[in-house]
Parts: sequence; structure tokens; C-alpha cells
Amino acid sequence: MATGIRDKVAIIGMGCSRFGERWDAGPEDLMVEAFQECIADAGIEKKQIQAAWFGSCLDEVNVGKSALPPSIALRLPNIGVTRTENYCASGTEAFRGAVYAVASGAYDICLAIGVEKLKDIGYAGLPDFASGMGLTNIQWFPNMTAPGCFAMLGSSYAAKYGIDMKDLKRAMAHVSAKSHANGALNPKAHLRNPVTEEIILKSPMVAYPLGLFDCCGVSDGSACAIVATPEIARSLEKKDFVTVKALQVSLSNGEEMSYTNWDGSGFVTAAKASSQAYREAGITNPREEISMMEVHDCFSITELITMEDLHISARGGAPKDIMDGFYDLDGKIPCQVDGGLKCFGHPIGASGLRMIYEMYLQFHGRAGERQLKDPRYGLTHNLGGFPFMNVCSIAIVGKQGS
Amino acid sequence: MIGIVSYGGYIPRLRLSRKVIAQNMAWYSPTIFAYAQGEKAVANWDEDALSMAVNAACDCLAGQDKGAVDGVSLASTTLPYADRQSADILATALHIREAGLNTADFTGCLKAGTTALISALDALAAGKKKAVLVAAADQRGAKMASSQEMLYGDGAAALLLGGDRVIAEFEDSYSISCDFADHYRGTGKEFDYAWEERWAREQGFGKIIPEAIAGFLKKTGTAVGDYEKIVYPCCFAATHAGIARRLGADPAKVQNPLHTVCGDTGAAHPFVMLLAALEEAKPGDRILTAGFGQGCDVLSFRVTEEIRNRKPRLGFQGALANRVEMTNYAKYIKFRDLIEADLGIRGEANPNTSLTILWRNRAKLLGLVGGKCRACGTPQYTFTPVCVNPDCQATGQMDEYEFADKSGTVFMYTGDMLAASVDPPAIYGIVDFEGGGRLLADFTDCKLDDIRVGLPIRMSFRRRVKDGMRGFSGYFWKVVPQAAEARS
Repeated sequence: MATGIRDKVAIIGMGCSRFGERWDAGPEDLMVEAFQECIADAGIEKKQIQAAWFGSCLDEVNVGKSALPPSIALRLPNIGVTRTENYCASGTEAFRGAVYAVASGAYDICLAIGVEKLKDIGYAGLPDFASGMGLTNIQWFPNMTAPGCFAMLGSSYAAKYGIDMKDLKRAMAHVSAKSHANGALNPKAHLRNPVTEEIILKSPMVAYPLGLFDCCGVSDGSACAIVATPEIARSLEKKDFVTVKALQVSLSNGEEMSYTNWDGSGFVTAAKASSQAYREAGITNPREEISMMEVHDCFSITELITMEDLHISARGGAPKDIMDGFYDLDGKIPCQVDGGLKCFGHPIGASGLRMIYEMYLQFHGRAGERQLKDPRYGLTHNLGGFPFMNVCSIAIVGKQGS
Repeated sequence: MIGIVSYGGYIPRLRLSRKVIAQNMAWYSPTIFAYAQGEKAVANWDEDALSMAVNAACDCLAGQDKGAVDGVSLASTTLPYADRQSADILATALHIREAGLNTADFTGCLKAGTTALISALDALAAGKKKAVLVAAADQRGAKMASSQEMLYGDGAAALLLGGDRVIAEFEDSYSISCDFADHYRGTGKEFDYAWEERWAREQGFGKIIPEAIAGFLKKTGTAVGDYEKIVYPCCFAATHAGIARRLGADPAKVQNPLHTVCGDTGAAHPFVMLLAALEEAKPGDRILTAGFGQGCDVLSFRVTEEIRNRKPRLGFQGALANRVEMTNYAKYIKFRDLIEADLGIRGEANPNTSLTILWRNRAKLLGLVGGKCRACGTPQYTFTPVCVNPDCQATGQMDEYEFADKSGTVFMYTGDMLAASVDPPAIYGIVDFEGGGRLLADFTDCKLDDIRVGLPIRMSFRRRVKDGMRGFSGYFWKVVPQAAEARS
């Protein structure tokens, strides 16, 4: 009988590069930047790392295929490095690989690192999907982009709950304004200006009903974690170290897209992965027990709907919770404490690890101006792909013994 | 008895007032004012002759026995391929069975449509064929400020010919074939090269059409007065009227050449005009129809009682009624690729199309044929060998299921300004089909403001790729929201 991952693996060090339009830095620079912070934090030597997992998504425009890029950039000691690619869950998948390897007893100390270099393509937004969707899909998929795909959720969510689009847009604007306010407090964030809901509502339309400020930044960056057994964490004299409480992944099986049972008001995968994660972590009432979250706010509508899929807001209740400030920095469950994808930025392969990095900083009291008081459980969430066909990953972390 | 069993029409929804062309281009060529009456039908940016032919053929085949069709012909001077038969793409898009099917493209001149018609009727008369679909379509390019830009319209029509439940019985045909070239379009050229119009009018239309009709009357021993409707193309109004005078035909019995409502649709025009005539015909009417271009084909039909039982369809008038005015000349010339506008780096991606995948999935990718699970009856697109119904998941039980003729409703949608499109925003979404099944697809022929969740939709065959580098045109089905239907 599987017992889950809870408390079997400790995070002994983390690092994260500054995110942004890093015209000055290539992916190898970004990885080194994150790794140097991480290894210093862990207090170990590079040669102690026994295996590594590497998350990158858009290899065509990024670092290319295989896990060689970090092996070479960091001059890793000829250890096994495995590349994980699972859309926007790629970074969390790298973390999962490293954590599972330690939990299995195969290794004592492993590295998870993610990087994405997006700002070398010459235009705004994510690279065109054309070459990445497969030779069959390319013959019939619509001419779609990421904002357009997620924008569709706005139409079906509003239709399902009979919400006026103006009211939904207002709640979406609050989502973005809150993340801007948080991002302004974070020196590593890509976007650091507070923005008012009025400006957000007036921003030019990107894909109806999403305006410019409903969309997250497209950024360059890298983040990494060194994980080890709790015994090693203790032997390194780590106090109050952070352990993994849950790691879950759920993938669509085509029902949302081809069967008519999905109502377009949520993510099937996120609802399932979060339920499993709470069970694995021993959480029975997430609205009371989760202290903070970093969710996949690629677009404001995604974050809004995710609050319901995570079983924190009631179905149809996210707009009210959002407008009530429930997810604000001073709310019951602060969400996107570091600015989120929206303002910290979204270098795809690094994003999952960056979210865990913020949780890690918060647990160690190193979050500066945005430090929360006594967080217990932190939840991170990635949603890769499309609303109708996606990959969802959830991680829950907390202090050892919490 | 053999003849026309069914017909279908397709006139693209966009109409460009000729005044708009004149307002923009008469400074350059004032002579275009001569033709500045009414409006012309303009293919949307995602349409071409083949896509319009498919839509006309769908209209024609609605409610007909597709299984009986053993011949498919397509007539056009603007087919997308020199070597890849468009009639085969048409048949695949219509999901007509491949075994036992003959296909042919008729091209090379404007009477190709009537020539295809005569060939099909000859094969039926000889007992060699049972049911032949003949479609005709054209979407001819024209230089800015040219007479052709004023005169040419885009459109398609299709006729199903056979011996069962004939609505218009074929009587006879007669042709003159000669190399009268008032214009030509050399291989690889985009535009017609036209000789002096006076010569075309007087020595071409004005002479050859009357001679061919006279020859037909002589052959059949009939008089022009025996025909309730005389149908012949000629985009020059005075010449068109002059031909009637020369034939001694009652002007009231001459089919209007449709210059003011859709323009000259090229090889499709004799069909388009014939549809207009058939839609007004009553049992017993005899219709004389001619196609002109390097000679002239003449055919006659006698309308039967069966025309009272024709199934509902768009036809010519229905297609014509689906109309949106295009007021932006710059948009028109961009849609026709007459100007270069920046599409951005995002628009540069130009992957090739895998022909092995296209062959393996031809029913799926050209015919919008999905699966229907034998175990639970769930229609699905796209599909794998494992049923998508979570309560079923039977493996290897998939039958073919056609979605192209199904109506449905909008499930979710967006209008995307980021996607590279010559007609932004790129509108797309997911629709649910009546009878089950769901599809992610581009939307077309619509305005973002008119769309809402639950709006009725229909499917339309469109060109989704025009790859100039490799000369490839790729097609798929798009969703057409029915905002007008929802209002009525």
C-alpha cells in the first residue's frame, strides 16, 4: 500500500535567478545564477549531488533537447541527468523526479533545475505553437495562442454562472492588481510596478475577454532545488527544514475536448490532483489549513477558476472571494505572494521550481517585505497546455513535523 | 429519364459594392465606372474555388443518397493544383466512397462547367454511370483597377445528375468549340490577359452564343419560344440584351446575368444562373442553358413534377441572402493578396504538411469524419481506438461518423488578437454537435460581437493553409456561427 511522499524528502537548498527580459543572459548564465544560490544555501559541494532532473519546455527556442544543457552549464560531475518536459508542469516534474529518486532510496542528494529562455524569439508572447503540436494536430487545430485558449474559459465560465462579463472582468482585474502589488515587493520579479484595477480594465484586448494585464509576463529565468533525505538534512544541521508533503500530477485524457461532459467552468485535472494532494498531505480542510499558494496564473481567468478547482473557493464562488480580498497578501490565504507568473514571470521550465522557492523562503523567514506570519502549508500549482487538454501538477510543502 | 436530381449553391457571404472599388481606384482608371453597378460576391480570405465547390456540393447532396454517387467532376479555371486532382479532394471532403468512383477536373476555359455537365449526362445516357456530381467554382484574381476587378465575382454551384427522382430532365446538347481567346491566363500567371473588350463583345459573346443556340435549335427542331427560360452568361449588359434580341427571345424569359448581385463567377456562372432559373421554374418549363468560353455549349432541360418535392437547401437565392457588405477596399485587396501587409514574426512559421498523415487521415482531416463507438453510440472527434466516454472506453469499436452536416452550438470561444491572422481577431472555440460530439475549430464568416455561448453553428469547408513556398493548399472545416438564424 502506497504511503505517499509526505515527509520522506527534505529540501536542503534552493536558488532562483532574477526573472525578466534577460537580454544580458543566456540559459547557461541563468542556470548558474540559480544554482550558485542553491548550492551555497544547501551548504554542500557539487560533487555530492548524485543525480539531477532538468525541466525545460520549448526546447525548439530554448536550450535544445536532452538534459545536456545543465550538465554542461553547471559542469555537473558526469552524473545522470534526465530532462522532463510536460508543458508548464516541466519544472515541477523535474522536482518530482528528484524527490522520488531520493524517496526511493536510490540516491541521497538530488538536484532539480528548470530553465527557460523565451526572449530570444523576436516577438511578444510565447512562441507560435505551429511546430510544437505534432504533425497531425497541425493539420486541423485552429490558429490559436495561449491567451486565446484560456480566454475561452471566460466565455464558458460566465455562461455557466450567468455572470455579466463586466463583473467577471472586475474580479479578473483584482486578481492581476493583487499580483502586481505583491510583485512590487519582490526584487527578483519581472514586473515590479503596482497597477490599478482601472488601468487593468482599460488595457488593450489580447484575446476576448482577456486584456493585456490579464496575461502573465513572458520571461527568462531559472530556478532549482537540492533535495535529500531528512537524515541528511539533519546531518547538515538544518533547523526547521522544509519537507515535501504532497506531489501530484493529473493529465487530461481527451474527455474535455471530445466528450460533452465537461462544462468549461474548471480544470478537471486540477480538481483531481488537488484532492489527491490534500489526501497525501493529510489535509482535510484546505480553506483552513493552507497558508499560502503560488498557482499557475498564466492568465487572470486561470487563477480565478483555479481557486475553485483547488477546493478553496466554492464552485462559482471565486469572484466573490477574490473581491473580498481572501487571496490578497493580507487575506486568509495569500495567493501569488511573490507576484505569481503574472509579475514574477513565467520562464516555463523554471516556473514550478520558482513557486516552491517562494514557499521555501517564506518557511525560512527570508521573504523580506512580503513575509507571512507562521505559514503552515504552502501549495504550488502548475497548469500546462490548454483548458480543454492539459497537465496539472500540485506540490504541497511545509516544515518538517508540521 | 436522366437529368438533374438535385442542385446546391454557394455564394460567399462578403459582397463588395462596385462603388467602393470605383471610389478607391477610378482616379487610376476612370473607365471602371462603366461597370460600377451593384455588388460582387467576394470569397473570404480562407476560401478558394475548391472550398466553395465543397460547400456547394454539400448543399446539393443534403438528403441525397451519397452512396449511389459513382462520378464526381469539378469545373474551374482556378483550381489550387496543376497536379493533384481537385475533384478527388472534393470527393474526399464529401466522404464519397472511393471504390468504383470516377473523378475528373474540367478546366482550361470558362465553358468547362457546361462541358463537365455534358460529359456527365452523356455517361448517364449511355448507362455507364448512375449518379454524377458536377460542381463548378471559380475565384479569379484580378488586378486592381481592372475591368476584371469590377466584373468578376466568386461563387460555386453543384448539380447532382442521375436517373432517379429527376427534377429537370435532360433533353439534348450542342456545342461549338473554337480557339476564340478574348483573354487567356498563362500557366503560373495570377491574372487574365484580356484583349479589347469591343472585340470580345461583338465577335465573341455577341456572335458565338447566338450561333451555338441557333445550332442547338436546328439540331433539336425547336424554336426559341419553346423555352421558358434562356440562360447564358455575358457580363456586358448591353451585349447580353443584344444576344436575346438576335435570338428573338422574349427579354422576360432571359435569365438575368446577375452582374449586380454577385458578378461573373467564371466557369461556375452557367451553373449559378441555371440554379437561379431552376428556383423560379415550374413543372413543364423548358430551360435552355449555355456556357461560353472558346466556343459555346448549349443544353436543354425540361422541369418535372418532382421539382415540387425538392428538399430544402440554400441554393442560389439562399446563398445570396447570406450577405455581409464589405466596405473596406484595403481589406479586400489584402484578402486577395494584392498588397503585402506585415503579419509579424509570429506569422512566419510555415511548417510543411505531412502527406502520409493526410493520406492516412483523409476522412478525418478532409471529410470531418469522426468516430462513433459501436458499444455506447458516442460520436467523437478526434478519436483514438479507445472510446472517450468514461463509462464505456471500449477499444476498437469505432465506426465512421460524419460531422460536416451536423448543426451544433457554441460551447466556448474567443477572439484572439495575438494569433497571426489576415482577418484579426482570429476567432475560434469549441462547439457541441447536435447528436453528440465536440470540436475545437476556427470560426469564420462571423463577427466577434455576434457570438455567444449557445449560438447555433454550422460547418463550412475552408482553406486553412496556403503555402506559397511549396505551392500547397490545405483544407479543413470551420465553424460558422449562425447569428442571423438565432435572431429569427
